[in-house]
Amino acid sequence: MVVGVLALQGSFNEHIAALKRLGVKGIEIRKPEQLQNVTSLIIPGGESTTMAKLAEYHNLFPALREFVQMGKPVWGTCAGLIFLADKAIGQKTGGQELVGGLDCTVHRNFFGSQLQSFEAELSIPEMAAQEGGPPSFRGVFIRAPAILDVGPGVEVLAEIPVSFDKASCSDRASQDQEESTGSGKKVIVAVRQGNLLATAFHPELTADSRWHAYFLKMASETGEGALCCVSTSVEDPSFFQQAKNDLPIFQ
Amino acid sequence: MAGSGVVTVYGNGAITETAKQSPFSVKVGLAQMLRGGVIMDVVNAEQARIAEEAGACAVMALERVPADIRAQGGVARMSDPQLIKEIKQAVTIPVMAKARIGHFVEAQILEAIGIDYVDESEVLTPADDVNHINKHNFRIPFVCGCRNLGEALRRIREGAAMIRTKGEAGTGNIIEAVRHVRSVMGDIRVLRNMDDDEVFTFAKKIQSPYDLVMQTKQLGRLPVVHFAAGGVATPADAALMMQLGCDGVFVGSGVFKSGDPARRARAIVQAVTHYSDPEVLADVSCGLGEAMVGINLNDAKVERYANRSE
Repeated sequence: MVVGVLALQGSFNEHIAALKRLGVKGIEIRKPEQLQNVTSLIIPGGESTTMAKLAEYHNLFPALREFVQMGKPVWGTCAGLIFLADKAIGQKTGGQELVGGLDCTVHRNFFGSQLQSFEAELSIPEMAAQEGGPPSFRGVFIRAPAILDVGPGVEVLAEIPVSFDKASCSDRASQDQEESTGSGKKVIVAVRQGNLLATAFHPELTADSRWHAYFLKMASETGEGALCCVSTSVEDPSFFQQAKNDLPIFQ
Repeated sequence: MAGSGVVTVYGNGAITETAKQSPFSVKVGLAQMLRGGVIMDVVNAEQARIAEEAGACAVMALERVPADIRAQGGVARMSDPQLIKEIKQAVTIPVMAKARIGHFVEAQILEAIGIDYVDESEVLTPADDVNHINKHNFRIPFVCGCRNLGEALRRIREGAAMIRTKGEAGTGNIIEAVRHVRSVMGDIRVLRNMDDDEVFTFAKKIQSPYDLVMQTKQLGRLPVVHFAAGGVATPADAALMMQLGCDGVFVGSGVFKSGDPARRARAIVQAVTHYSDPEVLADVSCGLGEAMVGINLNDAKVERYANRSE
């Protein structure tokens, strides 16, 4: 089984390493035609503005939209979540293109700058019921987005409480957003809608690979029979990959 | 522990001990999100917008780009916080800023403004010719320059969550950056093939802490994200650094000292993503206009910023 990882920018190496720990090969996707070789896709963390620009330069958006619309499993972490959202606020001047498909509103960079980046133990009952392990997950939030509201078809997998000061120090949070988040409220940080999975934190940066296992199950449920469609020749032969070394995981 | 009267025993866990609230994983985390990206030097909000539009993954807010610092001379210091704030307002991507080597108060000021990363940079005139900033004391993450493996690991020991090559900033000449990245990668290859018994002496030789040397040996790479910097002027330069094994590229004077900054910025961003695809590289390198004027480093009169710290 192989999983495509959008390798425009960001933590794609970390995702491929996490997949490798589960015995699954991740292949780097940089061009639209490479999407035809995979049946599931991970959109990694990174700078969503940068990734959107690069996707635009190489005309990836139509192919990505088609991929999502065909119901193939796609998982977005952090920037990937923004990509998948139908609506994103807090974007750069002029906005950015989105893939869409996930019925929710995302606040890009909800938690603010790097000083407000944090780690938190998330309660993940549904995930733990399916994948086992402890009922919490160490989520790493790096200048992270948050989901402000979701449509009816979207299953919420994890939430995090936000204090008022956190909402107010996200520099670009407009006043109307302050109202909708309020103090003592929770924001959504992980959702699933059909074959779309999205997390605001970075499971690829922690040793706990349950989210990856969860996504692989989603992928194998739908992608039956497609397992043999990728041979080694599919990879760009010029891309000489010598067992790349990965960064350590800091606990 | 400060003030509680309890003495903590030093050395309880390699490089991860750091100030409260901002664990090392979070500091390295942002650097990991920048991988495969280009970080551009900008001197005002307008340039920052051009960089963002071109697809830069972060901007470095400066008063003068290194080429101007070289030309004008004098003491180069941290930028005016007002300027940094304006740049931060103008863009949504992470904003970095430079502090002088050893000038921990400049770093405190930068932390107070709430930027995303501090570059403890040899491009600015050093404030302390012996000591670097103790970066463990900060919640904000740091990136530091290095010329070789020993220097890189010393900086990581001091708390740097990201490493870049020093290169020679403001020259438009890639030779020093190549030398530095080859030195780091070459030393790691030597280390990989070394018997464990020899690592103690090797650590002594490169003047680095043994635990980090051993970790590097096991990983086969630096334990933090490793960018290239100093002298990148063309898409080909950027791709060269990526193929040599860097995780991303800083471009200083190369973009905004060239004929067509927007176009060149965009080309360098694409070159870093498609660094191993010569066809794309050829494509993006076409018709970029004039590159920045380079400086030949054989000239002994050219000041070497890289030698300003050990």
